[in-house]
Amino acid sequence: MSTDAPLLVSTRKGLFEVRGRGAAARIARAHFVGDNVTLAIVDRRDGAWYVVLDHGHFGVKLHRSDDGGATFTEIAVPAYPPKPDGFVDKDMWGKDREWALKGIWALAPALDAPGALWAGTLPGGLFRSDDRGATWTLCEALWHHPTRVKWNGGGADHAAIHSICVDPRDPRCVVVAVSSGGVWRTRDAGASWTPHTVGMKAGYVPPEQAEWPENQDPHCVVQSPSDPTVFWCQHHMGIWRSTDDLASWTQIVVEPTSFGFPVAVHPREPATAWFVPAHSDQKRTLIDGKVMVNRTRDGGQTFTALRAGLPQEHAYDLVFRHALDVAADGDQLAFGSSTGNLWVTDDQGDRWHQVAGHLPPIYAVRYG
Amino acid sequence: MAIVAFTPNLQRHVPSPTVTAPGATVREVLERVFVDNPRLRGYVVDEQGALRKHMAVFVDGQQLVDRAAQSDAVGPSSEIYVMQALSGG
Repeated sequence: MSTDAPLLVSTRKGLFEVRGRGAAARIARAHFVGDNVTLAIVDRRDGAWYVVLDHGHFGVKLHRSDDGGATFTEIAVPAYPPKPDGFVDKDMWGKDREWALKGIWALAPALDAPGALWAGTLPGGLFRSDDRGATWTLCEALWHHPTRVKWNGGGADHAAIHSICVDPRDPRCVVVAVSSGGVWRTRDAGASWTPHTVGMKAGYVPPEQAEWPENQDPHCVVQSPSDPTVFWCQHHMGIWRSTDDLASWTQIVVEPTSFGFPVAVHPREPATAWFVPAHSDQKRTLIDGKVMVNRTRDGGQTFTALRAGLPQEHAYDLVFRHALDVAADGDQLAFGSSTGNLWVTDDQGDRWHQVAGHLPPIYAVRYG
Repeated sequence: MAIVAFTPNLQRHVPSPTVTAPGATVREVLERVFVDNPRLRGYVVDEQGALRKHMAVFVDGQQLVDRAAQSDAVGPSSEIYVMQALSGG
């Protein structure tokens, strides 16, 4: 990360640009104030910002800035093709699934070509742009995979691709995770896909279906940049890790809870990862009103509860799946909450600093 | 030529002044409007051409019936209002 790279904070009522690190971090500028910003990223290759807006009445839009947030230009959004006549595609309520863009829940640079991007969307389509968002193409192989019609809503009413991991060993190798529809990998830039959920179990379906790939609800999946055979997953049922390049997953139990949404992995230490736990599926708030981050440095054998600088009474913050991120230096992290609190650290979580306490609900934080 | 007016709430995102356009159905009229104002299309209809869920269209005071294809008839001096519903958003 360059020294002047921003932290982009996407919220229900605007995009906030944070500059500075640790205790010196401040909101430098606000963009799109009043608009629902669901995700914003920086493409580190060319510095472009990509911002997802969900205008509700007027649909989902994408904007790009080529001058570090000084100006924005609306660009194209992914568009679904017409549903073929006679094609049966029902949602979890038995209604015909609309083939129309309902949201963009993941954006990632496609590292096999300059200016190329992947976009994970609701209701479950993966799209690719080769021209910095001017045009988008649906990844037909994944959309027409026989199990795709069984994907259902998890974090939203529609199935959503929320995690995209582009393999540092081979950029044509891409892993995506779906709520609720499992973990999938292509080794040929999207031409073919295989599920990778061995070891995962779902508790919200009949027992005989608990291990079906399409029934898995990964909330967030990240790949270790320094050892790409290692993946971490915050799943609806808890925490899983793969150390064999997705041949299998092993569950990791953390007391008192393994429930949560986001996960971040250290850029150079594959055994170091951070989670922000919530009470449980049934109680989606904090335990005893205390904000904490769980950090492991030994691959999940032990965890340290990081609380310094975080409120320890009557806090009811929930941290959504995209609302935790680690910077490229491995020392800075940021997380934001449903109640508009934003915290950062520059010592891997030993001490946290509140940047803001009255922001709109925070959907995503991403370092440039 | 029908008169087509758009909700003021749209103006912040995409300029959409009141215009006149020919057409026998709402779809035909809107398509003509979108030719001159292509960015407006995605704010009113989705990629399948269906009226967005929380948009409302009135033709001579009557709410649009065919939200999917906008086949409702338009007269030579009809007034079409493209509004946002109070739901959603």
